[in-house]
Amino acid sequence: MNQLQNFTKGFFKENPILVLVLGTCPTLATTSSSLNGLGMGIATTFVLVGSNVVISLLSSLIPDKVRIPAFIVVIASFVTVVDLVMQAYVPGLYEKLGIFIPLIVVNCIVLGRAEAFASKNSVLSSFIDGMGMGLGFTMALGVLGAFREIAGSGAIFGYKFIKGDGILVFILAPGAFFALGYLIALVNRIRKT
Amino acid sequence: MAKTESTFRNMVLSLTLIALGASACLGFVYELTKGPIELSILNKRLGAIKQVVPDFNNNPDEEMFRLPTGEGDSLDIYPAKIDGNIIGYAVSTYTNAGFGGHISLMAGFKPDGTIINITVLSQKETPGLGTRMTESKFKDQFSGKNPSDFNLKVKKDGGPVDAITAATISSRAFCDAVQRAYNTLEKGGLK
Repeated sequence: MNQLQNFTKGFFKENPILVLVLGTCPTLATTSSSLNGLGMGIATTFVLVGSNVVISLLSSLIPDKVRIPAFIVVIASFVTVVDLVMQAYVPGLYEKLGIFIPLIVVNCIVLGRAEAFASKNSVLSSFIDGMGMGLGFTMALGVLGAFREIAGSGAIFGYKFIKGDGILVFILAPGAFFALGYLIALVNRIRKT
Repeated sequence: MAKTESTFRNMVLSLTLIALGASACLGFVYELTKGPIELSILNKRLGAIKQVVPDFNNNPDEEMFRLPTGEGDSLDIYPAKIDGNIIGYAVSTYTNAGFGGHISLMAGFKPDGTIINITVLSQKETPGLGTRMTESKFKDQFSGKNPSDFNLKVKKDGGPVDAITAATISSRAFCDAVQRAYNTLEKGGLK
């Protein structure tokens, strides 16, 4: 597989949310607006790239039997870094995403890529894989967030274009399931043709 | 490079080294972000105080003091002064009666107890319903009212407060928090 394919596979062919359906918990919870979705996606991308690179660097040093705890320590450190940096420089977004920033630790995309890809591939491939997967995740969250924001509050990136309320259910939890379900159905339809 | 074997010595050694490396990095980042985090919390607090009391020229954050609520805890009071004369108090108050639990508000009072303005510091209410408490349409109805003759109760409970549509619990909680701030000021003899 060349590096370009490696980079773009996360966008569509192996999109972590829409095709692999990993990490749906933060996806459903944080996409109540496009900005929240994008913020969460970027935070996860940073963790994914960082942990992929460090894990592929260390992979030959880590004995197989303790690889999961070792991966988790690395991932948790990157998440804590993101947590502190966001708290310091983007407090508004940090408050909105709340508990879901620390919960990136248990996001299966991050550990999944560490286990399935970074521990078996070179540093460069792992970096590219992390970027591709992270951007795929960010795009999926952005699209989902934008759709929910347009339908639910009649706004996009915080700019309202209709007066009053939208279809409130799309901002609430059930709307997240509706929107994600339709998005996955749409992507499956395109993939099958 | 050959894969490290899973012997006991190797496992202990590798995990210890990784944990050490990780904690060193985290310590470094913590030191780096400590200042900015404190600054952003302080700015948020000062911003909230500026919204709820009129112009002041002291530093309310430095002159902050605590008053007991009479319910076993205390509220932070930020006095706003012009040339040493008290012109109002910003009270950081709370309620646990929200639909999503804890809500914290910053409420500004004149020295006679009249509400100047209120702003929401944090809340976990239902999006689109209870979260409307942050909009001026709801919270501005309190401005200029004095809780001594303005009953802080929603219309459903026989009071004069216009509740948010479909969010009576959140509206009640809001009143509860404001009432707590007022009672605390009154008990402290500040009004």
